[in-house]
Amino acid sequence: MKTIVSRIAWLWILPVVLVAWEVSTRAAQAVYFPPPSVILARLHELWFSGPAAHVFLTDEAAHHLLPSLGRLVAGWAGACLVAIAAGIALGRSAVLCDVFSPLIHFFRSVPPPLLIPIFMTMTGIGTPLQLTAIVFGVSWPVLLNSLDGARYVDRQYLETCEVFGISRFRRLTRVILPAASPKIFAGLRISVALALIMMILSEFIGSTEGIGYRMLVAQSELDVPTMWTAIVLLGILGFVLNAAFLRFERHVLTWHRGARKTD
Amino acid sequence: MTNARKALRGVLGVAGFLLVMEALGRTGIIDPYLIPLASTILTGAARLLTNGEFLSQVGVTLSSCAIGLLLAVAVAVPLGMAMGTVPAVERSLRPLVEFLRPIPSLALLPLAMFLFLSGEQGKIALIVYTSCWPLLINTLYGLRDVDPLAKETLRSFGFGSYDVVRLVSLPSAAPFITTGVRIAASVALIVAVSVELVAGGDGIGVFVTQASSGNRRDVVLAATLWTGVIGLLVNSLLAKAESRLFRWHRARAGEEAL
Amino acid sequence: MLEISDLTHSYGAYQALGGVNLTVAEGELVCVVGPSGCGKSTLLRSIGGLLRPTGGRVLVQGRPVEKVPDDLAIVFQDYSRSLFPWMTVADNVSLPLRRRGGDRRSRDTAAMEALEQVGLPAAAGKYPWELSGGMQQRVAIARALAYKPALMLMDEPFGSVDAQTREDLEDLVLQVRRSSGMTIVLITHDIDESVYVGDRVVVLSKSPATVVGDLRVELPEPRDQIATREHPDFVHLRAEVGRLVRGMRSGGPAAAETGAETGAEAEADSPELDPATAEPAPVAPKA
Repeated sequence: MKTIVSRIAWLWILPVVLVAWEVSTRAAQAVYFPPPSVILARLHELWFSGPAAHVFLTDEAAHHLLPSLGRLVAGWAGACLVAIAAGIALGRSAVLCDVFSPLIHFFRSVPPPLLIPIFMTMTGIGTPLQLTAIVFGVSWPVLLNSLDGARYVDRQYLETCEVFGISRFRRLTRVILPAASPKIFAGLRISVALALIMMILSEFIGSTEGIGYRMLVAQSELDVPTMWTAIVLLGILGFVLNAAFLRFERHVLTWHRGARKTD
Repeated sequence: MTNARKALRGVLGVAGFLLVMEALGRTGIIDPYLIPLASTILTGAARLLTNGEFLSQVGVTLSSCAIGLLLAVAVAVPLGMAMGTVPAVERSLRPLVEFLRPIPSLALLPLAMFLFLSGEQGKIALIVYTSCWPLLINTLYGLRDVDPLAKETLRSFGFGSYDVVRLVSLPSAAPFITTGVRIAASVALIVAVSVELVAGGDGIGVFVTQASSGNRRDVVLAATLWTGVIGLLVNSLLAKAESRLFRWHRARAGEEAL
Repeated sequence: MLEISDLTHSYGAYQALGGVNLTVAEGELVCVVGPSGCGKSTLLRSIGGLLRPTGGRVLVQGRPVEKVPDDLAIVFQDYSRSLFPWMTVADNVSLPLRRRGGDRRSRDTAAMEALEQVGLPAAAGKYPWELSGGMQQRVAIARALAYKPALMLMDEPFGSVDAQTREDLEDLVLQVRRSSGMTIVLITHDIDESVYVGDRVVVLSKSPATVVGDLRVELPEPRDQIATREHPDFVHLRAEVGRLVRGMRSGGPAAAETGAETGAEAEADSPELDPATAEPAPVAPKA
């Protein structure tokens, strides 16, 4: 009980910053920094004042928010699954590892945004572009980390499997995958942020819907409060995704932290 | 011997990839209009080396990244030291960091385009914003790793807290900070070209935009190839420096992200 | 049960095993001792099928070892790397049992029985890293027990635990052997341990390793950490094994008095035994 109270007490900085922001922007009449109250009002009006049947989402929100989210989740999850599977398959073979590592390292180093113009000529504007961009951005770090994780599985784990005749399938799912999972999660953590970047960027450059698109329209119309609502929404999205991911990771890797602590 | 074999396999992998791409293009399985032939891209890449405009655009992007990184180090490392050594500061600022860090930097791009008259400044501002987080997190992580016994040893010899920071905390956090710089560098490059693609100005992103609007896919891919090579070089140089400088300590910092 | 003839193994230019001959009968508990780096682990890995020796033959239950034999289990020295930290203790013990068939419930019962045998039924739901080192090694032993192998190999099983735990685990092995009648080959560098635990102590020379001593241990049963170690035969055997491990000729006054030593002819004219010509053992490369 006491710890909860003290933990909440340590959040004092958030209201303080908000109030300071409100007061100073009102005082300075800053054009590009509307007070938080204004942003919140606009946020409500623009995105969340819809009918209860639509979970209070406005048409605007349904039109821009949902496609962004759908593409983000689908692209990220699909790319991660494929990249993890491929990484583990490659990582279990020393030869394949050596053959493909330089290529993967190279693709990992290419800033994925640079390929959006090329993708655009292949897919046109719209959902396929967003998906391609997200998939490309996410795949390489996840692939690289999965490969690394699967490659350096402790030899004794594998020998134990051999001694006790653990089947290939079970060796893969119950031993290699968990052993590689700390590395895989490190890759996934990077990929969440990259997916967001690629989503926003591909909506900036080649889309007629989505939060990023809506944001750029607001910017070009000098509609500063609306632009800020998009910033806030993306911020919340980033925060929620990150928090959900960390929670998931903590759950899956409990053993890893426990085992490390006692080393 | 194993290293030579490894390198040989790697070379074979790259060569094989190029040959397969070339063959796919030549046989028309991949439309060479959509993705130019590997040979076309490679010759294009070779030609770019003597292309003054390309080189100067690369220079612009790299210098923005470098300036942004330096500023970020100047901001994030002292802040991280303060947070890491004074628990009250850490506890107060932590929630703010946790809220701000996951905000995708590109979400701030339209704002930056308003705030900064020159695109260059806006770009650098976003690079600073993005690069700060991995640096800050890694500094904190490094300080947490400091052996309390080492600190107490110094205190017992009558050193003040400033000396403790200088003689123990900073050196033990240094490998982590270097890891932070390496992560931040790759992030900075991504943010830099993103800003250039959207907001224009100067830089590799702009060069690529122009090439693609002139429908020179070979040039786009050649420029992308060089950017990837630069990213790879920077990353491996920093990684090498890390392991050379801090042989006594293998930094275990997780690849904290963007 | 186990027949090893002329077993040799080299890592590149470095020869670890120089022609090992050893026979283990059903139900025996044989301890293999030797100076550190002498190739004990290489020998164990060859028996276990984890390593393909460069020469010679290993037969387990009459069949040449090509891969890990079905009826064999290994307890490794480093328990923290042989138990899977992401599984509970019970899952660790029952995972290999799938190979033995049976449904989930029968596997769980078998795992629980094995855990009870090593005195850890309460740890079933815990993770290995929540247990002390000695308890983790007990779990590893339970896993091997549940698997019901005909031959159990133990590679320095107590090398990483403190002295008190070590004694407890030694007694656990003796008790397990009594109740299951399993054949056990235990590798150790600890001379006292080999004499205390073994029915037979096989001494290896420095690398390239050969068998330089094969002594039958005849101590009153059941063995007891205090009484057995005070027993004059124990003291003499220990001295005898110690001399063999250090590469000295056996048959000194102590051995002559007890007469407990048997297979001494093996080392009679092995040049390795002469301390003057014995070279310092290079460290075995760990691939």
